[in-house]
Amino acid sequence: MPDEIPVVGRRSALKCLGFGAAGTLFALAGGVLTPTSLAAAAADPRGAARLGKPLFVQISDTHIGFNKEANPDVVATLSRSIDLVNSLPQQPEMIIHTGDITHLSKPAEFDLAAQLLSRLRATEMHTVPGEHDTSDATVSEYLSRFGKASDNRGYYSFDHAGVHFVGLVNVLEFKPGGLGTLGPAQLAWVADDLKGRSASTPIVVFAHMPLWTIYEPWGWGTGDAPQLMDQLRRFGSVTVLNGHIHQIVQKVEGNVTFHTARSTAYPQPAAGVGTGPGPLKVAADQLPGMLGITSASVVKHTRSLALADASLA
Amino acid sequence: MRRSHLLTAIGLALLGAASSGAVSAQPLAAAGATSPPAATRADAAPPIVIAKDFMFAPGTIAIKAGASVTWKNSDDEPHTVVSDTGLFRSGALDTNESFSFRFDKPGTYHYACSIHPRMVGTIVVQ
Repeated sequence: MPDEIPVVGRRSALKCLGFGAAGTLFALAGGVLTPTSLAAAAADPRGAARLGKPLFVQISDTHIGFNKEANPDVVATLSRSIDLVNSLPQQPEMIIHTGDITHLSKPAEFDLAAQLLSRLRATEMHTVPGEHDTSDATVSEYLSRFGKASDNRGYYSFDHAGVHFVGLVNVLEFKPGGLGTLGPAQLAWVADDLKGRSASTPIVVFAHMPLWTIYEPWGWGTGDAPQLMDQLRRFGSVTVLNGHIHQIVQKVEGNVTFHTARSTAYPQPAAGVGTGPGPLKVAADQLPGMLGITSASVVKHTRSLALADASLA
Repeated sequence: MRRSHLLTAIGLALLGAASSGAVSAQPLAAAGATSPPAATRADAAPPIVIAKDFMFAPGTIAIKAGASVTWKNSDDEPHTVVSDTGLFRSGALDTNESFSFRFDKPGTYHYACSIHPRMVGTIVVQ
């Protein structure tokens, strides 16, 4: 299967990534965020090479099943996103999907998503559910397919290349009128999971809804995330990756970098613009620049992560 | 994995109080909910709550025991209707899809959209 995908050179791949005006590459050095545009990275391939091989690529909010005006063909844009990942000059071993794999939690949507994602050359994929993946009446489809890694809890952790990864669920214990919730059982599990780990271990936490409050009136946040942050603060390098809001928003707080990824399906309005967080309709030629993926690499000398966003433009 | 285990696990994780009665809702109404969202009177035609612009309207309605409420989604974004006690739970309602539930006992019933928990509503059964 991988043989079908033409391998492009680093320079052309980075140019491709850099084409979207919003494409930005972040290198974290000693907790200080140093943004460089991807166009600049393409102009200096040796600088980009120092970032090394992508540790993983984040895909989010594929919303298979969505068919409204904002993007009538989400299969095509996911396929283009997969092509983008498969054309990276050095393949990541792993993909992290931060939820809303499907739009309506229908079995046929999960089946189609699995079929499309199987074309990725990376051999490993880790997922967390979005609220669109748990909206079936019995809340059973997601866990029946992806629950194995977590004993059907949905949250779990694993180690890869010296980095400790923690996948969390903040879409199940929703509170009417409120934000996403992790819940006491999950927070206790995280405390136990992190106990005894060296503060020098790089940590990646991923969940669907933002783990910091971006915009409360639209529920863009997680009510009990501060209790999670209390547990993460002692680590020297923490990267928190989320989806849900279909646009890039970033924040750095101490040693913790927060980042939300673009969707591969459709954009959403900026916080508070319009009646609610629904699909944002834009001109067809604008759409690819608002969809994309995030690639993460380890910066070797600091053992921290560099994130790069690539649009489909 | 056995489905019964799964459902139990999810029920516990979800609401703590979800019982097997949680899925006793009426089947999805065919998209035949055509009457206007007027009914706030208990004796009016089957009351309809419209989900539009990320709000349930009317936010509170009063009905008589034994009457059904139908929710219809008029947004481009799916919504759900989930009782805070686990009494009823719709699946995801796509645009123009609807869900109905019959309320047999008097009381005040609160619900929310699980996809957008800030969308809340109340049914008062007299």
